[in-house]
Amino acid sequence: MSVYPYLVAAWLLGIGLYGVISSRNYLHLIMCLTVVQASTYVLLLSVGYLNGAKAPIFADIKLGSRVTDPVVQALTLTDVVVEATVVALLLALVIQAHKRYRSLDPDEMVRMRD
Amino acid sequence: MSQLAPLAVALPLLGAALLTLGHSALPRFPSDLLALLAAVVSAGMTLALLVHVGGGLTVYWFGGWRPREGIALGIDFAVDPIGAGLAAFVSLLMAVALLYSARVTDVEPPYYHVMMLTFLAGMVGFCLSGDLFNMFVFFELMSVSAVALISYKVSQQAALEGGLNFAVINTLGGFLFLLGIAVAYAHTGALNLAQIGDALHRGGNDHVVVIAFALILAALLIKSAVVPFHFWLSDAYAVALAPVCILLAGAMSEMGLYGLGRVWYAAFGASMAPQAGTVRAVLVGAGLLTALWGSVMSLQEDHLKRLLAFVTIAFVGVFLTGVGLLTADGVAGTAVYVMADGCGKALLFACAGIVQHRLGRLGQRALHGRGRHLRFTATLFIAGGLLIAAVPPFGPFLGKSMIEDAAIKAGYGFVPPLIVVCSGLAGAAVLRAGARIFLGWGEPSGSSDSADEATEPEEEAQRDRTPAVMAIASLLLLAGSVGFGVWFGFADLAQTAARRFISGAAYRAIVYGAPARHLHAGSASPQWYDWLYCGGSTLLALSLAALGLWGRRGRLGRVMERADSLAAPLRHVHTGRIGDYTAALALGVGVLGGLLTLTLR
Repeated sequence: MSVYPYLVAAWLLGIGLYGVISSRNYLHLIMCLTVVQASTYVLLLSVGYLNGAKAPIFADIKLGSRVTDPVVQALTLTDVVVEATVVALLLALVIQAHKRYRSLDPDEMVRMRD
Repeated sequence: MSQLAPLAVALPLLGAALLTLGHSALPRFPSDLLALLAAVVSAGMTLALLVHVGGGLTVYWFGGWRPREGIALGIDFAVDPIGAGLAAFVSLLMAVALLYSARVTDVEPPYYHVMMLTFLAGMVGFCLSGDLFNMFVFFELMSVSAVALISYKVSQQAALEGGLNFAVINTLGGFLFLLGIAVAYAHTGALNLAQIGDALHRGGNDHVVVIAFALILAALLIKSAVVPFHFWLSDAYAVALAPVCILLAGAMSEMGLYGLGRVWYAAFGASMAPQAGTVRAVLVGAGLLTALWGSVMSLQEDHLKRLLAFVTIAFVGVFLTGVGLLTADGVAGTAVYVMADGCGKALLFACAGIVQHRLGRLGQRALHGRGRHLRFTATLFIAGGLLIAAVPPFGPFLGKSMIEDAAIKAGYGFVPPLIVVCSGLAGAAVLRAGARIFLGWGEPSGSSDSADEATEPEEEAQRDRTPAVMAIASLLLLAGSVGFGVWFGFADLAQTAARRFISGAAYRAIVYGAPARHLHAGSASPQWYDWLYCGGSTLLALSLAALGLWGRRGRLGRVMERADSLAAPLRHVHTGRIGDYTAALALGVGVLGGLLTLTLR
């Protein structure tokens, strides 16, 4: 395993955080959040990856052959489910905000409050 | 008996599922009743579990997948007295909150009840879990339910904003948690806390371990709203419904601290022991900073619920200081203080809810003297303020003395005076607000801060009776906060529980199947100087409140204005923008990771 997947994960984390910090639009902000989330996928999957190993399904391969780690794949799958819920909820809130205030700009909402 | 552990999580989920099935066909009253029943039965189960566990540790393996040859493939609930106690506390608080919400008008069945029950399941599961990844899942279940509950009143802009801020920051926290788990798994090949601890214990300390711990620590500190991760809390708690606030303020922030203790003692503590000094300094430092920040800000706020939100932040700081001492005494003190003070803060939020229900608004200056006829609520609120200031000899007094004794024993002699100042300031903020609203003391200020007032649009209706369920729920919370101090034997139980909590080696052995041996703990009762400290904080709170009410004239007034202008920069940092909060979060994670890696030897 090379170091590149870890660099990709770090890059996704950094660029996603930068996006959340600098975002001027709630939809864009939530997409940036999913970019940060992608870094967790990459990290989890690369942790369990082995060069030249098969998928961990023992239906057509011999027991004891080299396979990738199924645990991290299960974790990634759980992560996808959990975060899909979070993103759905966030998007629902953003739709409500847009319906009522005709704006997706966080700064606009802060200004309207004052 | 250990089967009760999964049932205590499954039951609220089952209740939630039934309520969802009932859908819109189910009117208000049966929904309230069913949800309350689920919470009460869950509380009964966790209490039975607590009694059963005693000073030991009960492990439940799902599907009977016990560990073999040191490898835990299965998933476990490892129930110790601190975890079971916190779960029971949360369930009881939930029962009180559901009782309280039976007369809250903006609540519609069944989704409110469903969210409350999934919230409960998340918190109880988090308390009982012995598996790092399951902790993450329950952590997220807790967050998602909390988001839905905080922005429940979607018609209000502040509720939407508060919910979005909370959701984004806590989701980022969840990602950090998961990254930490991935790194820990890569290093140890385990997700079970005991197995991680075992592997780390054999493998020793290095950069990878420290990075994993720093990521998980950051996530848990975000959840507990420790400076500089705390910005979301005041936005969110200010807009949530009062019964939701009872749970948020009473228990949710403390979940993060519990998780921190659990992860440290069961998994990372053994191998990171050479760095324990750094970890202790970081946690105590962050705790004291949070306590000061929260208590100073609470004096700056006009909006009653925002004020109470900052009081919550202040006490999270005190709790973090207690846990961060990394001693059994510190954990025991925190356990007592969390319950006693949690009831106190919940009581104050319940009173704020009654004020809003009766008077339709929450700005202190706008409400000046308008609560004179609310004698019952006034009594409860002032009592809550005194409890927050740790008036002896009630619950918060006991908890605070235990933390102070632990700090002195650990060689942090400067901690107790700082805690006294913080609880004095926070108590003063609450008492001053109570005196303004309910007694009409101090000068009425015509120019009310409109910015604060606008965070919660007014409810038009003013009602002339406090519903009985709200009064009963508030009385129960008062009884809880007072009650923990009446019997000092409670401190001894907490000492035993804390000794079990911090013994990581015994935890790992028992999870692997060794029998739990009984632990003996020394007894603890407050020393003479604790009475002085807590008397001091009460006096400080009373005099500062009086100063805030009447000291606005002459030379004294100028000093006060100077103090206010010193605190002004703190106010301006709370911008309400997610971007700013995330920047603070990134900075905090960087500093935390930097401190821990640079001090690695």
